[in-house]
Amino acid sequence: MQKQRLVIIGNGMAGARLVEEILAHQGGDQYDIVVFGEEPYGNYNRILLSNVLAGSQDSADIFINPLAWYKEHGVTLHAGSRVDAIDCTLKCVYASDGTVMAYDKLVIATGSSPAIPALANLYTPERKLQKGVFAFRTIDDCTGMLDYATQARKAVVIGGGLLGLEAARGLLNRGLEVHVAHVAKHVMNVQLDTMGGKILRSSLEKMGVSLHLQKRTNAILGDGQVEGLGFEDGSTIDCDMVVISTGIRPNIELAQQAGIAVERGILVQDDLSCSVPDVYAIGECTQHRGCTYGLVAPLWEQAQCLAERLTHPDSEKLYLGSRTSTKLKVLGVDLAVMGDKEEVDEDDEVVVYSEPSRGVYKKLIVRENKIAGAIVIGDGSVTPRLLQLFDRRSPLPENRDELLFQLSGESKEVNVADMPDDTQICNCNGVSKGKIVSCVKSGKRSLKTLCDATRAGTGCGSCMSQVKSLLEYAAGDALVEDPSIHYYVPGVPLTKPALIEAIKEQQLRSVSSVFAALAGGKEDPGSKAGLASLLKTIWGKDYEDQRDARFINDRVHANIQNNGTFSVIPRMYGGVTSAKELRRIADVAEKYQVPMVKVTGGQRIDLVGVAKDQLPAVWNDLGMPSGHAYTKSFRTCKTCLGSEYCRYGVGDSTALGINVEKRYQGIETPHKLKLAVSGCPRNCAESTTKDIGVIAIEGGKWEVYIGGAAGASVRKGDVLCVVDSQEDVLLYMGRFMQYYREQARYLERTHGFVERMGIEKLRQILLEDSEGICQRLDHDIQSAVDSYVDPWQEAHAPATPAQFANVLQPVEQVAAL
Amino acid sequence: MSMILKTGQVTYNLGPLARLPHGEGRTFQIGTHSIAVFRTRNDELYATQAACPHKGGPLADGLVGDGKVVCPLHSYKFQLATGASIGNTCAALETYPITLSPDGDILLSLDA
Repeated sequence: MQKQRLVIIGNGMAGARLVEEILAHQGGDQYDIVVFGEEPYGNYNRILLSNVLAGSQDSADIFINPLAWYKEHGVTLHAGSRVDAIDCTLKCVYASDGTVMAYDKLVIATGSSPAIPALANLYTPERKLQKGVFAFRTIDDCTGMLDYATQARKAVVIGGGLLGLEAARGLLNRGLEVHVAHVAKHVMNVQLDTMGGKILRSSLEKMGVSLHLQKRTNAILGDGQVEGLGFEDGSTIDCDMVVISTGIRPNIELAQQAGIAVERGILVQDDLSCSVPDVYAIGECTQHRGCTYGLVAPLWEQAQCLAERLTHPDSEKLYLGSRTSTKLKVLGVDLAVMGDKEEVDEDDEVVVYSEPSRGVYKKLIVRENKIAGAIVIGDGSVTPRLLQLFDRRSPLPENRDELLFQLSGESKEVNVADMPDDTQICNCNGVSKGKIVSCVKSGKRSLKTLCDATRAGTGCGSCMSQVKSLLEYAAGDALVEDPSIHYYVPGVPLTKPALIEAIKEQQLRSVSSVFAALAGGKEDPGSKAGLASLLKTIWGKDYEDQRDARFINDRVHANIQNNGTFSVIPRMYGGVTSAKELRRIADVAEKYQVPMVKVTGGQRIDLVGVAKDQLPAVWNDLGMPSGHAYTKSFRTCKTCLGSEYCRYGVGDSTALGINVEKRYQGIETPHKLKLAVSGCPRNCAESTTKDIGVIAIEGGKWEVYIGGAAGASVRKGDVLCVVDSQEDVLLYMGRFMQYYREQARYLERTHGFVERMGIEKLRQILLEDSEGICQRLDHDIQSAVDSYVDPWQEAHAPATPAQFANVLQPVEQVAAL
Repeated sequence: MSMILKTGQVTYNLGPLARLPHGEGRTFQIGTHSIAVFRTRNDELYATQAACPHKGGPLADGLVGDGKVVCPLHSYKFQLATGASIGNTCAALETYPITLSPDGDILLSLDA
């Protein structure tokens, strides 16, 4: 196929990011990519310019892709070359260096310029800014300011917005006396409400920045060199350096002259196309649904969307606008703002905590039980959670104070940034911090791509939160949220509730029909087992079983070992066995020369190292049902002796354990369920660290715990309820199981699920029936119980050809040359 | 679909297609060769070496879909057609020519 030519005007953060995204989609095979950049450099992270100004980073460190990178990736960069005109009819662009370049597709990413106010005496006769006056936008501006600052004494920053305060911080660090003149009543008035502005002001003043509010600058004073500023109210201030930071203006002139529709910015549709065919625009130069953006996150979302559109002609991906949030340090003060700064609707709930003496201010705007906006000043510890709740539009806990304060019980997180590079993060796959960080720097900026590339977090998963922190630390604002983390399985782009709805609505009863209807026929092997589990939960006995969708363990009903053999664990209800059963197990072990016989952590006996083709005979000789020690389902219910023999026992734990197991054996769940029943509060069966645990207490009562764990993660379960009878234990257990089956993500253990839902909420749903679903849950778990069939019965009737064969032989040799 | 037999290759009849279930693989032992043979849900056939290069896992027991196989031991992924490893540093799998005869038998060719 002939390659098309893709021309990108602008090599700033948007243009450069688009190139990266297109290359990530293998777009280099489809397009000759040509980039025009006005600045004579590779591209750099403009956001970090304030760090360069402050001296905390060197200008060499903020380059993302040096010139050589473009060459390596087959991208033609015209650095230092400005595009002067676009001809949309002839489909070509004209550059200042004389180049005329035809395009098949054109992307305008011309960014924005500082909006310079009309001040008297601002320019020299040559239309240059007066000596000592700077705009703050490019690396050259930054270098110019740094040179000049060495001999300056007192600087005034015009504009108390985000960038203005960053500039003030930089100059303060360079030892200058710094003033900020701002036209509004408080600084950062776009992002902050009045109270927040006041609190930030006093923090800034403590640090030595003098603020001049409600001051509109109208003149530069001085002749041949700046000597001061004049304000509209007639007052003046003397200074020898001025930085103008009064907002940005989208660069639309080029597009406008080419006849492309513009308003404040270049108008783009949801597919990021402009008013002219084959022309697109992204970044700060655009106006989408009435909004222009000056933050980096929207620009990256636009680049991602457009890259997908350009590389996949049938893509229907849309950019629907961004909810902006920002987290930053202004002069060392932690500040985070997201969404609305004031209440909008009458029903909006406003939660405020204000402590001016410490410079702490926290405000939440809650709408429909979700965060519609938040301001946090002076307490970075609560910000990550708020940002997450905001981004994902998650429902909030009833106690809003949990959101605004770090609970005293929470252990302080180890700061990943402080760890040495050789610290091992993933203890399953032996992945170090250094390896993770360098992988992020090489472009794996979403959790999924990072984990796929390094294998970190792909073992037991307990290091996932640290991997996530490292990703955030190493990627900073460049972090890419992978939408698939919200999907039930990675290969079907739907959340669990949406997936269940689609499955029910379209009556999809097999895994292949789900792929055909909801994933464009693409059968992602990593999604098959999760879908099989869900379909079984939804349809019960009406589920159309396709064996290839099962993991090998579930095809042969045994757990695969590292040498390809299997382990066989027969069901031993409640961990109670008999001499007869033990004798039979011993006979089987001898007859089949089982290499290892092992007592398991769940009070069972494991025959380890059985060949696949021996499984049916082994099951047959055992004459016991499957113990399900190989699948994502109810596994075991461990018990202590209990009241029948133990002198401390207050409840018959073995009898209850046996009943629990007889009832719920083999029920499929999103992840395995390990249960226990203890006969007294001494808790010898360790019920408090089980997925569901029961403890007998004095007075004939039973405590039911849920969400405990003592494996890769350790968590003490929460008490769901205290009941009077064994029947009620079974009832609430089953109700919780069914709710977990319906609501949890695939491979989400109960400890994560209970933590995520909150025990209060679960009690409301499962005990008080707040959603009116208890009766249905009880009914559905009963159906699952009723449809249980012991899978080891397949010993007598294999489900697929050669189901238990170790190896097959050819029929004949047919030809040789 | 016809197979061009090259000099120095031997072709084996592995039996009728129905020996393999839809969407699964089986291991065949042909002399000293252990070979994983896969039948996708839309009846494409693939043959690769039987053991995963990572830790020797039985690839025929893996999940198959979208032209890929996932090793059952540690979820290492490979392309069925080319044997190329996906997202891991393992060497590519050996692959073997495989086709269906006009009579519906599976034919696999090996170097003699």
